[in-house]
Amino acid sequence: MSAVVSPIREPLITGRKSYHDITEDICAPSERAPSLTWVFAFIVAVTLLGFGVFSILWTIWFGIGSWNLNRTIGWGWDITNFVWWVGIGHAGTLISAILLLFRQKWRTGVNRAAEAMTIFAVICAALFPGIHVGRMWVIFFFFPVPNTRGPLWVNFNSPLLWDLFAISTYFTVSLLFWYTGLVPDFATLRDRASGLRKKFYNFLSFGWTGSAKHWSRFESLSLILAGLATPLVLSVHTIVSFDFATSVIPGWHTTIFPPYFVAGAIFSGFAMVQTLMLITRKVLKLEDYITLQHIESMNKVILLTGTMVGVAYLTELFIAWYSGYVYEQFAFLNRAFGVYWWAYFAMMTCNVLSPQIFWFKKMRRSIFVTFVMSIFVNIGMWFERFVIIATTLARDYLPSSWSYYTPTWVEIGIYLGTFGIFFTFYLLFTRIAPVVAIAEVKSILKSSGDQYIEEHEKHYQKAIDNKVKQH
Amino acid sequence: METTNKSILFGLYNDEEIVLQALKEAKGQHLDVYDVVSPFPIHGLDPLLGIEESRLHIAGFCFGLVGTLTAFLGMSWIFTKDWPMIFGGKPYWSVPAFIPITFELTVLFASIGMVITYYAINGMGPGVTNPVLHDRLTDDKFAIAFDAGNASEDEINKFKAFLENTGADEIQMKTI
Repeated sequence: MSAVVSPIREPLITGRKSYHDITEDICAPSERAPSLTWVFAFIVAVTLLGFGVFSILWTIWFGIGSWNLNRTIGWGWDITNFVWWVGIGHAGTLISAILLLFRQKWRTGVNRAAEAMTIFAVICAALFPGIHVGRMWVIFFFFPVPNTRGPLWVNFNSPLLWDLFAISTYFTVSLLFWYTGLVPDFATLRDRASGLRKKFYNFLSFGWTGSAKHWSRFESLSLILAGLATPLVLSVHTIVSFDFATSVIPGWHTTIFPPYFVAGAIFSGFAMVQTLMLITRKVLKLEDYITLQHIESMNKVILLTGTMVGVAYLTELFIAWYSGYVYEQFAFLNRAFGVYWWAYFAMMTCNVLSPQIFWFKKMRRSIFVTFVMSIFVNIGMWFERFVIIATTLARDYLPSSWSYYTPTWVEIGIYLGTFGIFFTFYLLFTRIAPVVAIAEVKSILKSSGDQYIEEHEKHYQKAIDNKVKQH
Repeated sequence: METTNKSILFGLYNDEEIVLQALKEAKGQHLDVYDVVSPFPIHGLDPLLGIEESRLHIAGFCFGLVGTLTAFLGMSWIFTKDWPMIFGGKPYWSVPAFIPITFELTVLFASIGMVITYYAINGMGPGVTNPVLHDRLTDDKFAIAFDAGNASEDEINKFKAFLENTGADEIQMKTI
């Protein structure tokens, strides 16, 4: 169909691609032998993963005592990492669901990889609540299943249990959404393959044919799943923030937490998408599909959400002062000028000040600046969680129980291990699945391909010229 | 598409706009189109083929409702009948605290139920192999297919003529 294209819209697919070019370009990475870079990256990732598994086994064998938590600081790197990874997992569903409802076409270039990232990040996140309880073998106590303990049920009034439900639902729905979108693209790979490879993709593609009726149902399913995933993605980090906000610890007990956490999650998620996309588009040669236009759009989201996070930080400070509540005031004074002042400083610099650079178009469109910024934001958002958790706990009501916390090698090892899990999965994903949604990119070609936009531009110019002549 | 030894006559097209034009033509000629196969969803195709809007959302609503009831009634029963317990001096039946889990289970049930329904009615699933008309149909070709099994010689010739006249690149007969 020849869609009406505004000539001021920038193309989202460059290089004058035909439908067949799109298939070739996006299938190519999984059809050639892995490059040396890939093999090297994979070895590094698996090594990290191995070290992570070792650290986890160490924790299980020797107990939580192998971490540096103490009676004052009961949550340290474990929950910091948990919240950080869950936050990163938010961009994928935002891109695929919310931007689908908003009909943002640039979503098609990045949604597949972003959703994959979501799933892997949630796996990393889910690891921490699992091991931080110490006795992993009784973890099934988390689940409200009929049991021989009374039957004793879980506490449905506890935000920690809500969190379990939220994370599991989020993981399941993201996985279903992602896989449903992958099925037609697996069919494309299937029809190009032969032998064992064909059998493999035949299994993964679930017998997809591309029949009109199937596409009709596919579209309607995607739309409803997007509609369901949109409130879901907002609810998940809201519930994560409840873990803190419903407790009576000064510095945690604030009503601003849900929106502030959600904005922060989208902020960090987009930063991670940028980090991955900038490398992926370069290594897999997908610059025609993940263009500067895509990068700029995501930088705008980073600027917006980063500023929202900044406003939230300042609001917290203001409310602490305005409340006249001395414990609250101390908690925030301690955050900024206490023993962990450096973490607060890192958070403020990385999250609030540095994204302001994206007010300039030149910076939004610079790959180097974007890459550096995406790392900054990732670091800043990690520190945000560390500041909220460790600094707040380190200085509680009784000065006699004040404490300080640094991680042991085991805690650092588990954190590095999650990077191992994340990148091992991501690297395998780039080998097995098309990193860009083939069918979706094809469906926007005629409205966003550069050759079509140029064509429309010419018509538009001609029409203007004719009008000028008439007058 | 189920495997029932059907003879399918189909033409391959290079562009979705030609397909849409051809379908309008087919409607004019009262030809009974068996299926249209494409590498991506073609907008404006459904009304031409007489495909009604999917009722998946109704299924989704029903599954969601089951989730809502499971969560809400389940928690209510557990905390008021099976094992009543006081948490923080609040009533046994503390409805606001049930909202998050009720919401999550609604979404979970609706999503899982709908996805399973979708694959079931499409005749798809892990390990299912459906007949493929042509390898390029998931790449850059579009097909208009006619059921040639029950058609007379006359009708088949009519289909062929139609495919030729509307710009099909290639015409094939395939038994699936």
